[in-house]
Amino acid sequence: MCRVVDLQQAVLAKNDASAQSLRAELAARGTTVVNLLSSPGSGKTALLERELVLARERGVPVAALTADLATENDALRLARSGVPVKQVLTDGLCHLEAGMLGGHLDGWLPEGTRLLFVENVGNLVCPASYDLGESLRVVLASVTEGEDKPLKYPTAFGLAHLVVVTKTDIAAAVDFDEAAFRANVQQVNPGVEVVLTSARGGVGLGALLDRALAAGEGAAVHTPVMAAPPAHTHTDHTHTHAAVAQTRP
Amino acid sequence: MHEMSIAMAVVGQVEEAARTAGATAVSSVRLQVGELAGVVPDALSFCFELACTGTVLEGAELVAEPVPARARCEPCADEWAVGMPPQLSCPVCGEPTAELLSGRELQIVSVRWEDGRPHERTREPISEER
Repeated sequence: MCRVVDLQQAVLAKNDASAQSLRAELAARGTTVVNLLSSPGSGKTALLERELVLARERGVPVAALTADLATENDALRLARSGVPVKQVLTDGLCHLEAGMLGGHLDGWLPEGTRLLFVENVGNLVCPASYDLGESLRVVLASVTEGEDKPLKYPTAFGLAHLVVVTKTDIAAAVDFDEAAFRANVQQVNPGVEVVLTSARGGVGLGALLDRALAAGEGAAVHTPVMAAPPAHTHTDHTHTHAAVAQTRP
Repeated sequence: MHEMSIAMAVVGQVEEAARTAGATAVSSVRLQVGELAGVVPDALSFCFELACTGTVLEGAELVAEPVPARARCEPCADEWAVGMPPQLSCPVCGEPTAELLSGRELQIVSVRWEDGRPHERTREPISEER
């Protein structure tokens, strides 16, 4: 017979479970994952190039995995730092998922890696939905992107553990309004720290590395309002929501 | 656009549940989509149809139930609709004390399917039915 069955399953449950087990597995190996999210061209790779060199100078065992739809250009740039680097080509997929990341780490991630930077596909929409097993999610925006970027991409900025502003060396040239940017970040993610950086000027590199290392050592990481578990499950609501049938051709 | 990945995850989970229950055809899937879930229901609906092709969900309808995002500030005893872009700092005190009550849902609520099992009687048949 035809019947209606309650399932009550989170759609991303499988990814979330993979992320949890990857986080635990990597923690057991002493590795902390830092997930870098931003739009294309915001300067993730340039900043990461400098971070990897700094980590190496400080004697921190670090590695980087970078994802793009095509080309190995980023891996070639990052490899100049001398640390282990892997390029992942997503063949058109707009984001990484935890299971995919785990597969790419198998047999590659060097033993003793303390920090693994994952440069996600340049995209502020899709990667936001996928936990990769990171301990620190960093969302970046360059000074050229406009102060309202956090309002335009609230899910990405709203789920950040740390927000990084890049290219601050040209902030004056593009009239970047730092106070407005900070206010917009606070609107979608109250209490999150904003770090100002310049890869070219060498500004803020140590701050980002310190936050990543602290997260790996178990220091409290900011809990975004958007990421906190709800005070009650939605099914507890007494009011009803209008169901909208998506019309199908 | 990650709606295809989301649609495939929905189809995969429903397929698994259908297999376990011995369901032969799924006619609809009800989904809660929070305002802050980062998913576009129209795009999801389009992808869902494609993802259902060749599965037990072929031709199934996706019913997306939007869930408004609401937040609360305990110290201010204030509760508000966060809107879009969301206002997640308390509009009264401005402090980072808010908690999100709803809006991040991306949840399969229920499915309607044909499971080949006989109708469960809720009462004894009356004499004319025997």
